[in-house]
Amino acid sequence: MTSTTDTLHRQSSSSLAVQLSRFREIGIVAFLVIVIIVTVLLKPNFIQPINIRSILLWIPLLSVVAMGQMMVIITRGIDVSVGSILAFSGIVVGMIFRDFPEFNIYLGTLLGILLGAMLGAINGGLIAWLKVPPIITTLGTLSAYRGLVFIVSGGRQIDPNHVPTALIRWSQRGPFGIQWVPWVVIIAIVVALLTYAFLRFTKMGRNIYAIGGNPDAAKLRGISVESTTFVVYLITGGLAGLAGILYASRFGFVNPGETGVGFELTVIAAAIIGGTNIFGGSGTVLGVFLGCLLLGTISVALAVLGVASTWQLAVYGFVILLAVIVDGIIQRELQRATTGE
Amino acid sequence: MTTNETNVQTQNSIQGTSSTGDRLRGILVRPEFVTVALLILAFVVGSLMSPYFLDAVFLFNYTSLYIEVGIMAIGMTFIIISGNIDLSVASILALVASAAGVVYFDLGVPMVMTIVIALTLGTLLGWLNGALVARLKLPALAVTLGTWALYRGAAQILVGDDSRPRLAWTREFMYPEWFTRIHRVYIPGTPIPVPFVIFLVLAIVLGIVLYKTTFGRWVYAIGTNEDAARYSGVPTHRVKMLIFALTGFLSGLAGLIMVSRLSVARYDHARGWELDVITAVVLGGTDIFGGRGSMFGTVVAFLLLIFLRTGMGVANVKAESQLAVIGSLLILAILVSNLTEKLRK
Repeated sequence: MTSTTDTLHRQSSSSLAVQLSRFREIGIVAFLVIVIIVTVLLKPNFIQPINIRSILLWIPLLSVVAMGQMMVIITRGIDVSVGSILAFSGIVVGMIFRDFPEFNIYLGTLLGILLGAMLGAINGGLIAWLKVPPIITTLGTLSAYRGLVFIVSGGRQIDPNHVPTALIRWSQRGPFGIQWVPWVVIIAIVVALLTYAFLRFTKMGRNIYAIGGNPDAAKLRGISVESTTFVVYLITGGLAGLAGILYASRFGFVNPGETGVGFELTVIAAAIIGGTNIFGGSGTVLGVFLGCLLLGTISVALAVLGVASTWQLAVYGFVILLAVIVDGIIQRELQRATTGE
Repeated sequence: MTTNETNVQTQNSIQGTSSTGDRLRGILVRPEFVTVALLILAFVVGSLMSPYFLDAVFLFNYTSLYIEVGIMAIGMTFIIISGNIDLSVASILALVASAAGVVYFDLGVPMVMTIVIALTLGTLLGWLNGALVARLKLPALAVTLGTWALYRGAAQILVGDDSRPRLAWTREFMYPEWFTRIHRVYIPGTPIPVPFVIFLVLAIVLGIVLYKTTFGRWVYAIGTNEDAARYSGVPTHRVKMLIFALTGFLSGLAGLIMVSRLSVARYDHARGWELDVITAVVLGGTDIFGGRGSMFGTVVAFLLLIFLRTGMGVANVKAESQLAVIGSLLILAILVSNLTEKLRK
């Protein structure tokens, strides 16, 4: 069904693993359904266009970056610098929009992606060739890129009147005049489909799973671990750069000290909740997309239920722990089943 | 590779090689050497840039602004040497601080009891991390990412966007006078503030535990090869739970010191400081993959971070640019240590 299952097939021919990765996606859907049912029972008017729209608006920023983060985690890495990359791309492109109001927004978006990819390439280079561990590299660049954001912007925010109206409209209007599926959601879906195609149909995409599954074996099979790793961080940077533009579209401002702060942890949470194996080697686009949908739904449900926004972080923490624990137990049972029998 | 061999390697990397011919090279390739060199460099540059920099009173006072990072870094040294990581330290700090505020003001518990409760809570929170990592065999990065959000989230539920004492409360609602402003209490006759002494004593005592006790050797053994350690009789579960609990305790202590320093408890205390803590430990030459590292290195790196911040502060470098410098420094330290690693071979 997905590349994960293919890889697992090739590696251990364990049909149990295939079932489990499917089981994992069903698990998220089940959890999602429970959240929705509980919310509807408590607040019958939960399902209405305005709430669905808020949930959908929640997804794009998160899922676009989570696609990259998933690939990084599959290669046994981690990228905590995505929030700073997002802010850098948002602030630089925002400054261009501020100083040149006539600047083409598609060109601006492309520039944002390129800026993000550039910063991602620095991460990738340090990790792939200079062998600096991913957590150290991206912890360092998390601070370094954030500092860069302040230096470039002089600490000044990009105000709503400087963000082009056409860009803000991406988060307000959808194709064919549909109101509640805005363009940003379409962009997120396209990114997810492209990621799926990349992982499923390209050689490099398949290599990503191979590297995460067993780096030494991947090397012996002639896969260039270095260049694949480099590309994964480059893509993640580019996606975070795109998210910087989506942020400006969604919120209408970019603030050097606020935009993207702590975002990395939400993204990693979405990837882990979506079933990306924390030990590397497996993860699916569908699972991660559902993980983002789940986080968005919980967030909107809490708001609709009138739970104070102060509860949100704790609920997230709880859901992350739950996902990690469930995965850990499944993993252990799987190991027991494959080695014990 | 047997544990014996790796133990010898570990010993070498801690104590330097014994043969006199190799001694200089041994010192040069020790990861902490880079940090010590940077410390001296920062000191020289700082004193050239500002005459105030060499003022001992000024420097010591500056350590207090950052002392919580140092205290948490002591626990983090154990955790990283054992091949784990704890992203939740600053969240434990915030939850313990918030809980202490609520227990003291809302429940009216005397301050001494509040301190005991707070330290117990910190230890329990760390123990929970350890239990999830050791018993359920979950990766520490994922577990503490969860508790990172859960603990700070719990702090936010406890005090919300308010604080203890509440913003609206008048001056009579304060922590007892003996508890507050610990950073303004000095060792009599010296410019050394009490928090710095607490940090130093903890570092020395726990440094001895790390270097000179069986427990310390177990921590290195687990970080080098956990399976091998378990087969050779190391109680790996218990050791891991203990070091997480220890780090929880130290983070709780840091939380109390912060409340004392600022005279207020808020849920967003020390937000993002887990990065500074990890930076201090890794800058001190502790291998992020475990098995190698030193308490001495952590202390030196912590001092370096303070000197850098002080130096950049008096040189009017903006806080945000300081961030960029420290982030780059972290990567640079690993690059140089990678290079010296190659030199060793």
